[in-house]
Amino acid sequence: MKAAVVVFPGTNCEHDVAWALGIAGADAHLVWHRETDLSDFDGIVLPGGFAHGDYLRTGAIARFSPIMDEVKRRAEEGVPVLGICNGFQVLCEAHLLPGAFHQNRDLTFICRPIHLRVEDTDSILTRAAEVGQVLTIPLNSYEGNFTVHDPAAMRGRVLARYADATGSVDDESNPNGSVDNIAAISNPAGNVAGIMPHPERAVEEILGSVDGLVLMRSFVESMEPARV
Amino acid sequence: MKVTIVVRRRPEISDPQGTTVSRALSDMGFAGVGTVRINKEIELEVEGDDTADVERRVTEMCERLLANPVMDDFEIRVAE
Repeated sequence: MKAAVVVFPGTNCEHDVAWALGIAGADAHLVWHRETDLSDFDGIVLPGGFAHGDYLRTGAIARFSPIMDEVKRRAEEGVPVLGICNGFQVLCEAHLLPGAFHQNRDLTFICRPIHLRVEDTDSILTRAAEVGQVLTIPLNSYEGNFTVHDPAAMRGRVLARYADATGSVDDESNPNGSVDNIAAISNPAGNVAGIMPHPERAVEEILGSVDGLVLMRSFVESMEPARV
Repeated sequence: MKVTIVVRRRPEISDPQGTTVSRALSDMGFAGVGTVRINKEIELEVEGDDTADVERRVTEMCERLLANPVMDDFEIRVAE
């Protein structure tokens, strides 16, 4: 099972993601953003970082990287595509996912473990998890404040929300001001997903949590061998 | 032609920077400051002498790259 980990100039989580995909059972390869053929890969991950320096807006320039047409094509074929943190922002700017991101409500860069409640398991990111399951994984972003035109239209597409340790979702458990505490979403087909916190940083005991594994495993289990 | 674009976050979308600046001004003793919004101004030099055509092209630039239709409005001013 071959997974492509896309590297833009300024991406900085690609090795962590590749490592975590390996633990989850995939054969991960780093792919430079100027490549235009991903037909050999069974899954695609856009990792975190600051693609193209986050100039103009997060993800705004990365959307025009040569590889993005191919990411779109493979997504339309049903291949699992996952964006983590900055990768999530890129997928939104590329219109593969709805919504947009702006600065955190309190204007602070947030770098700490937070709790998520799994809301929907019909996706490449959550299929191995259970609805209501509470996961503790690190959040690491300044522009993680998710906004969308019509929050009601997100019903069934919200995969996880910011919560407290008991799974309660409210304003107090919302670290960054995201509308409806949204932390992870998918497209209607469920094969394109984005998550703001970093599951790849919670895959070994030494990291303080292994709660990200169920998400990384979900992704790897969703991959089917590419028909070349 | 010189084109100035102002990109504004939509009124219904919170502006954490604006809120913080408003609070800071009040803390400094400037009374009577209400809502503050921090916008982005972009200046372009665009070739051409047909104002309508330049506006049309710049509008497309805004829709496709310079503003995010999910959360931004934009205003274009062309200096003749």
